[in-house]
Amino acid sequence: MTDHLLATAGTNADSIAQEFIFWVLAALSGCAAVGMILVRRAVHCAMLLGVVMLSLAAFYAMQGAPFLAFVQIIVYTGAVLMLFLFVLMLVGINSADSIVENIKGQWFWTVVGAVGFLLLLLFGIGHAAIGPAAAQTDALNGSGNLPGLAQLIFTTYVFPFEVTSALLITSALGAMVLAHRERISPKPSQRELAAKRLERGHMAPEPSPGVYALHDSADRPALLPDGTTSPESVSTALAQRSVDLEGPPVVGGLQAIEAAQAGVLNKEVEQ
Amino acid sequence: MSPIHYVTLSVFLFVIGAVGVLIRRNAIIMFMCIELMLNACNLAFVAFASMHGNLNGQVIAFFVMVVAAAEVVVGLAILMAIFRARRSASVDDANLLKY
Repeated sequence: MTDHLLATAGTNADSIAQEFIFWVLAALSGCAAVGMILVRRAVHCAMLLGVVMLSLAAFYAMQGAPFLAFVQIIVYTGAVLMLFLFVLMLVGINSADSIVENIKGQWFWTVVGAVGFLLLLLFGIGHAAIGPAAAQTDALNGSGNLPGLAQLIFTTYVFPFEVTSALLITSALGAMVLAHRERISPKPSQRELAAKRLERGHMAPEPSPGVYALHDSADRPALLPDGTTSPESVSTALAQRSVDLEGPPVVGGLQAIEAAQAGVLNKEVEQ
Repeated sequence: MSPIHYVTLSVFLFVIGAVGVLIRRNAIIMFMCIELMLNACNLAFVAFASMHGNLNGQVIAFFVMVVAAAEVVVGLAILMAIFRARRSASVDDANLLKY
């Protein structure tokens, strides 16, 4: 009797906790999804997608699918989202979307269609007989989720599983073909590179940024021996981001350093 | 929580993803919205699996994840190729076949 009461109390507390987590995460993922279509920057969109994916992983774990929860985190949040961020980095992290309507009435008809679609789906699942969670789920998923999935994948679904491998190989090949770029000009040999350097009349490597300047950050141009700054010491990628190539008043800085040294010397003399 | 809650949430996420595909111009953001729709489908599959008490829905969700991963790889490679050729990821700029 006591055991029974304790068991029911435990399940009640569990279900209350589950309900709480569900509503919090549902609100979170819903807001993140709405934010995805409202934010302008693609990076913020990717971050919000990550929030949605992690909430879904928690949902899977609560529904007795621990394997899928981990796959969701590892494959989706870990691999797919990182791939998105990688491509965003290549395309340009500041690629903001234009909000201007190019097609007349696009927003209006999108909202109309979305509301219609939403009502259609909601009425559909309202009419469908979606019962409560089956009791044997826990028995199936308690400790046997992974063995159960493995048994299904390697018996009933073994043919789709094998086809999946063909799909993965094909997609890898496709990505390689699409990313491949034909070289239009022959690759310059070392001798040609050396000749080009001689022609330029500048044998030494380019000056590195920040040399002799007050700041040694990469966006500060190097200070040449004649006191001028060298714009080519700063990467063109940084220069494109309209970094102030002039840098701080370097000559004044040198004078300040000299004055400080002189001050130190004076102090030593006084002592 | 009963599966109906999860299915309703997945419906909302799917519709939001569909709206995103329709109104955004940046191809990468459209792609992310497609991922959102796929995730919503997975949530519904897992909810139905827990309703029926067997693991078939979870296996299908697993296959959806695999197909989505393959799709992302090829899709992002296409996006990179388009970006390299046209210097833009906006779908409005890819209008060579227009008229």
